[in-house]
Amino acid sequence: MAEINVSVNGRAYTRDVEPRTLLVHLLRDELRLTGTHVGCDTSQCGSCTVLLDGRGVKSCNVLAMQADGCAVTTIEGMATDGALHPLQAAFRETHGLQCGFCTPGMIMSAADLLANNPNPSEVEIRHALEGNLCRCTGYHNIVKAVQQAAHTMAGGTTAVAGD
Amino acid sequence: MTTTTEPGASLIGASIRRKEDVRFITGKGRFTDDVTLPGQTYAAFVRSPHANATINGIDATAALALPGVHAVMTGEDMKAAGVNPIPPGWLHPGIKISEFRALAVGRVSHVGNAVAVVIADSPHIARDAADLVSVDYSDHPAVADAVAALAPGAPQVHPDVPGNVVFTWQLGDAAATDAAMAGATTVVRQHLVNQRLIANAIEPRASLANYDAAADELTLYVTSQNPHVHRLIMGAFVLGLPEHKFRVIAPDVGGGFGSKIFIYPEECVVAWASKTLGRPVKWTATRSESFLTDAHGRDHDTDVAMAFDAQGKIVALKVKTVANLGAYLTLFAPAVPTYLYGTLMSGQYNIPAIHVEVTAAYTHTTPVDAYRGAGRPEATYALERTLDVAAGQLGIDPAELRRRNLIPPDAFPFQTAVALQYDSGNYEPALDKALQLIDYPARRAEQAAGRPKGKYIGIGLSAYIEACGLAPSHIVGSLGAQAGLYESGVVRIHPTGKVTVLTGSHSHGQGHETTFSQIVAQELGCSIDDVEIVHGDTGRIPFGMGTYGSRSGAVGGAALFGSLQKVKEKGRLIAAHLLEAAPEDVDFAGGNYFVKGSPTRSKSFGEVSLAAYLAHNLPPDMEPGLEATTFFNPSNFVFPFGVHIAIVEVDAETGHVQLQRYLAVDDFGNVINPMIVDGQLHGGIAQGAAQALWEGAQYDSNGQLLTGSMMSYGIPKAEFLPMFETDRTVTPSPVNPLGVKGAGEAGTIASTAAVANAVLDALSPFGITHLDMPLTPSKIWSAIQGSTGGN
Repeated sequence: MAEINVSVNGRAYTRDVEPRTLLVHLLRDELRLTGTHVGCDTSQCGSCTVLLDGRGVKSCNVLAMQADGCAVTTIEGMATDGALHPLQAAFRETHGLQCGFCTPGMIMSAADLLANNPNPSEVEIRHALEGNLCRCTGYHNIVKAVQQAAHTMAGGTTAVAGD
Repeated sequence: MTTTTEPGASLIGASIRRKEDVRFITGKGRFTDDVTLPGQTYAAFVRSPHANATINGIDATAALALPGVHAVMTGEDMKAAGVNPIPPGWLHPGIKISEFRALAVGRVSHVGNAVAVVIADSPHIARDAADLVSVDYSDHPAVADAVAALAPGAPQVHPDVPGNVVFTWQLGDAAATDAAMAGATTVVRQHLVNQRLIANAIEPRASLANYDAAADELTLYVTSQNPHVHRLIMGAFVLGLPEHKFRVIAPDVGGGFGSKIFIYPEECVVAWASKTLGRPVKWTATRSESFLTDAHGRDHDTDVAMAFDAQGKIVALKVKTVANLGAYLTLFAPAVPTYLYGTLMSGQYNIPAIHVEVTAAYTHTTPVDAYRGAGRPEATYALERTLDVAAGQLGIDPAELRRRNLIPPDAFPFQTAVALQYDSGNYEPALDKALQLIDYPARRAEQAAGRPKGKYIGIGLSAYIEACGLAPSHIVGSLGAQAGLYESGVVRIHPTGKVTVLTGSHSHGQGHETTFSQIVAQELGCSIDDVEIVHGDTGRIPFGMGTYGSRSGAVGGAALFGSLQKVKEKGRLIAAHLLEAAPEDVDFAGGNYFVKGSPTRSKSFGEVSLAAYLAHNLPPDMEPGLEATTFFNPSNFVFPFGVHIAIVEVDAETGHVQLQRYLAVDDFGNVINPMIVDGQLHGGIAQGAAQALWEGAQYDSNGQLLTGSMMSYGIPKAEFLPMFETDRTVTPSPVNPLGVKGAGEAGTIASTAAVANAVLDALSPFGITHLDMPLTPSKIWSAIQGSTGGN
């Protein structure tokens, strides 16, 4: 067992972990932050995506020990003071989710994209989400959600999409 | 956030933003693996690495010695404890049912077949211990391909099923079809492989069982599309648990697409182990386990013969299919390649003679059952792909060939040659609309202009009809279903006028919490925020058949609608009593009961609800309370239809296909929430297009699954797909009071043929008339290299 110190959604945790413990299992099983999901065992699906020191990572591909001394943001940390993050609001507004299982990972990957590219094209959005699989939406409304969030975060008012 | 619309505006047809989204976008969804119980233990399965082997012995000594391991249990243990095999839910005359045990006894029949289970204090210990269980196998030759399995001398999957034939089934008039074919001008023949697919809902299957000894009650959390069906089959047939002492909860479920309908070995083992050990037991599949054990879909090998007269009218259709059902029969497996397939062979067309013959085979592979569309995509592909081959042979434009054969609008109700009676339909407007929206002549001109420059554009059509809203219970009963396919809906009005709905439908992405709330709010004149939709819990909901076969709106919604009428009517009697008016003089609108002609003499629905529970002043002999239950049994299927058009460009140098445009014109009858219906279409189109272009399960000759991970199985990514264009025509269904049809599967049913037709259309200059799916770059490139044509 090894002791690690990690900040998750702004809260400091000290935990003893087995060296083989994955970050996603630390989050889900130890910290009970079950919004981060596990959808595969080959790091393809991206359901477990979180921000590690601001960078999008697949938390099934990171050992908990590697997060020692780092700051982790999960889907539970995206809303601030009860206000949804623009990505969260946009996913709802554009119907960017159906079953909701891939959604946290999608939102975290999109957050990583928008942090680096605040005004991505459709092609850039689709490319940035290549590590996140969704089986429900055909990605159509996910792309729209990211576009709308980018617009909002750039200072635009939330467009009322839909009919 | 939009949760209300303009006062007085109809909520039916409004794109209300989903109520359920808030928990999912904030990470508060509660999926089965998110549930943790005190004292929970974990299961890990020991699985066969062989497709066909005898089990000589199982040695668990080393596993049991590992600290933290509670038990290792085998199929012999379960059998000795009286646990029965898992039965299929649909039977045909002469069907050969294999013994499908939750843990194998004596032999294994596919790679991944569960042989033993380890129960331990942590998932890691359970996994480590499972690896220490030593199983002594004698492995034997295996057969993975259904046609090969039916050949003389093929390895036998089950000793008591000679020749591996599960059943043979036919539909239609063979003699009339042969006679019409003999007199035809042209007979087009095509061999088609509809390859095996793997559903891959992004949430892996999971189950968590907890036996409460004090109450002698077992609770099972499980990734299920139909928790009452799980309870009935697991309780009454497999485990011998009384239904009233067995609660099944399907909480948030992360996609199903059919794969979470069935009763799987793992949930039976977990439930039994919890009762045996007196501890909660949890199991969550790894994705690798999902690939090996979630029921697969499709896997047909088909010969089609389509006969035409001199005017290009279809005079006969003959379809001969071999269906691979894998190693064991799961719940709906016998129905999928038969009643959900052969009955759809008339499509939108007036075909006077049709004969369909299906032989279902056991193979040493994962069981095959319903996957989104279930039989109907296979039928649509056979019909629509063959029509395009015929269009090429006959020299008739594919759109024109379809138009010539459409059932005319004055022919409804239309009796097909394959048992179904279509209640309503008007197909030509959807075809016209699709052709107009895509600007078909312009696209053909673009295609013609591109070819000399080496630009290979393809345009593919697919006109489909779907029978869904499963299903009239007496009809499915007469065809072999071991259950009825009605749905229940309870409307419980609380004293404050708030509403709880208990529905037997189950949402795993479909958005029932929103659409069903819209129905309630529309009928009662309340806010959708005052409505709670409860689903997925046998402890709260009287009964239910669940969600599949695009049935939730047409059957579950209709049950809900029935109960709403009952509470409204009781409310009207109470209001009339309070208003001292005759009941026939009281109307209900906008959430108020009022005396006709005197709108100020009124009682709100909330006032009436309170009066119903106070019971101080009710009409004589009326019971207090305001609640109603309805079981809706549909009188017929519903029949959505539409025309989809795909446009692709094929790079002749690499064989790469770019799906450039996809247009869908569908008729779903009345639409409750267009945003949600469009979303269902988008996802369905993506799955169907993926079958045409990328997905396909492959086994080697030893029965090893070669496409056993998301690295090797082609699930589409965002960058593979375009934005989708959707439009509709509206022909309300007459078989339910909402006039709705199903929309969950249409995208998948139509799109596979549309995209495949587009690719083959693009390849027509090379003289290539057909390739089997998936139409991967290597397959296309090889075909072009071997072809005679080009620009």
